[in-house]
Amino acid sequence: MLKMLINLFGGTLFGLGLTVSGMVNPQKVIGFLDVAGDWDPTLAFVMGGALLVAIPAFRLILRRSHPVLAEEFELPSKKDVDGRLLGGAALFGVGWGLAGFCPGPAVTALASGLLPVFAFVAAMIVGMAAYKWIS
Amino acid sequence: MENFTPINGLIGGLLIGLSTALMILFNGKIAGISGIVGGLLARKGSEVGWRAVFVMGLLLGAFVYMLATGGPIPVNLQASLPVMVVAGLLVGFGTRLGSGCTSGHGISGIARFSKRSIVATLVFMGMAIITVFVTHHVL
Repeated sequence: MLKMLINLFGGTLFGLGLTVSGMVNPQKVIGFLDVAGDWDPTLAFVMGGALLVAIPAFRLILRRSHPVLAEEFELPSKKDVDGRLLGGAALFGVGWGLAGFCPGPAVTALASGLLPVFAFVAAMIVGMAAYKWIS
Repeated sequence: MENFTPINGLIGGLLIGLSTALMILFNGKIAGISGIVGGLLARKGSEVGWRAVFVMGLLLGAFVYMLATGGPIPVNLQASLPVMVVAGLLVGFGTRLGSGCTSGHGISGIARFSKRSIVATLVFMGMAIITVFVTHHVL
């Protein structure tokens, strides 16, 4: 129960952060990616702010033997850079550049009620299901 | 740089970092959105429940913003509907194949100094910059 409250609170903080920072707005994301245009560096400040908390947090928290409410930390096990990582990141980058949406902002932006956002998220889930199906 | 909003960006970033810290400290989970959304397709109920609650939280965060400001969330779309669909497919497939997105690789992974995440972030950011350059300045 407490774990579920953390999930809800964690999601809410994350969604609020994406909204306050303007990252739910594809115009601001494209403004960052458009280095040859009227460049908007805001996205770098968002990542910087997040890392300012996350870097010391991981250092301190991962010294614990286990999480407060769970038995173990679920960390990625893969260590090598392989073709899947590179290919997946490249495809994701093209999609991100086309729409100005990555997964978190797209899901959060559903709250705008705009139809194309729903279309993006539906297509994203189809893409995820396609990967699951072929893998 | 007329649209540059560093203070809001920094505050929002701190909130995202705080969420990432809470998720790992209490539940031992990485706050990576593509993994969380992709995991909703799992058949096991134990995998789906916490993810669904986190995703509801994302939307709740947007509603909290709307309540606090009394206005809509700022979403200015930059692509036509067909392009949005193609982009969605690429983002969904690509993030699963590449094991993460801007949050899982770009924040949690970089914060752990993971080589895979640093490389992935450079690749997806580089490809996104090239894509925007081509669609905005070449085509």
